[in-house]
Amino acid sequence: MLSRLDLKSQQSTIGSGQRSPDFDLEISDLSKRFGTNTILRGISMSVESGSIVSLIGANGAGKSTLLRSCIRLIEPDSGSITVQGKQLVGAAHRDLVFVRSKIGFIFQKHNLSSRLSALSNVIHGAQSRRGGPRTWIQAFAPKELREEAMDMLAAVGLSHKALSRADQLSGGQSQRVAIARALMQRPRIILADEPVASLDPSSGFEVMELLIRLAREHKATVMFTTHNLKHAEEYADRVIALKGGLIAFDQHASQFSAASVKDLYV
Amino acid sequence: MFPPDISRLPVILLRLLETFQMALAGTFIGIILSLPIAVLATRDFSPHPVVRFLTKGLVSFCRTIPDLIWALIFVVAVGLGPFAGTLAIIVDTIGFCGRFFAEAMEDVEKGPQEALTALGASRTDIIASAVVPGAMPAMIATGLFSLEKATRGSVVLGIVGAGGIGVELQVALDLFNYAQAATIIFVIFVLVLAVEQVGSALRARILVSGK
Repeated sequence: MLSRLDLKSQQSTIGSGQRSPDFDLEISDLSKRFGTNTILRGISMSVESGSIVSLIGANGAGKSTLLRSCIRLIEPDSGSITVQGKQLVGAAHRDLVFVRSKIGFIFQKHNLSSRLSALSNVIHGAQSRRGGPRTWIQAFAPKELREEAMDMLAAVGLSHKALSRADQLSGGQSQRVAIARALMQRPRIILADEPVASLDPSSGFEVMELLIRLAREHKATVMFTTHNLKHAEEYADRVIALKGGLIAFDQHASQFSAASVKDLYV
Repeated sequence: MFPPDISRLPVILLRLLETFQMALAGTFIGIILSLPIAVLATRDFSPHPVVRFLTKGLVSFCRTIPDLIWALIFVVAVGLGPFAGTLAIIVDTIGFCGRFFAEAMEDVEKGPQEALTALGASRTDIIASAVVPGAMPAMIATGLFSLEKATRGSVVLGIVGAGGIGVELQVALDLFNYAQAATIIFVIFVLVLAVEQVGSALRARILVSGK
């Protein structure tokens, strides 16, 4: 097992290769340590444009750290991250903001502004491309932004909840609003950190179906973390497993099986 | 002192209105000015630690000097009258709200801020879209406390010539007209009580609704 981990930690094989416009995300030798606890140990991988990648692994394996490092919500200690050809590690704030604007990030907890309406929260997604007072609340928003946000809410089936306060929505509805907010960015890449972990199984499947369907419609590349192996098998093109900060395996979803993960959660 | 002399009640009520106007205008302007000052005093949004240190120092300075002294300073600077009183209340409100607004902003849930940071929103957009809405209940409660404080304070400001009903009270006391002073004290009591009651009701409503 150890030798397998060592091998895979060097370079994730599927879809990897030289930098190319076909890769939306390229990570090389990425490491991160919190105090004495090393979370990522030289992770290297590439994600092809338009593909859907699932990251699986036990708690503390480094999934969320890897995902957050991709937009430098967590600063990596070493290594490089290239998003659509732009190097992120060491990039100036302006370049970082530009890259972030192209990436929709969906959190485990929806992270909506709870006192504002669902519509205002979706309009906030437009702050990636145009900020200012007219994007702060729906009442200030120009007609075209309101209409676009309403379209996004309709896409997630919540146009009837547009004016409801975010704290009056259920967990599933809140997560769907978060997806609408991410889509409002017109993202090229969507990163989702356990997007359905706080939802019941039925809502979880609904939200995952919605996320993947909308991502495909918008031709976005998706990388999501999950503890639900069925989600990984069903929705991803490719499954990457992390263990102890290393890539334990990287497989096409069609090759993925229960046997693959036998050692993963030990 | 008893019975109170109500012969000048219309004039007294007019002065009382002026007092309340001073308190209301001073608090409103003070709250508006406190917002950017509070942002500069927060850990997360101050552009530089030195700016934060200086801003916190300014807020402490505003708070340390009593409103009566501020009124004396502004009477010297802009002359006698309600304008000096209003300026004193503005400064006093900045000292009070600047600190509590900053603390409220630091205490809000970080998730919405992180979400907007992740999508590349600017610092101003994050403050306006995630921080201020999250801190709003605490800020409204602080603003209402500030109005109560300013209403009580504005009564005294008149004694040093900064306008309002304090002038009437001082004149009545100087002339040993205690019956009229009793009337003035009574109407002041009614105003302060009314502002406190309305403030408490609004605060309770905001806090019970959760937000």
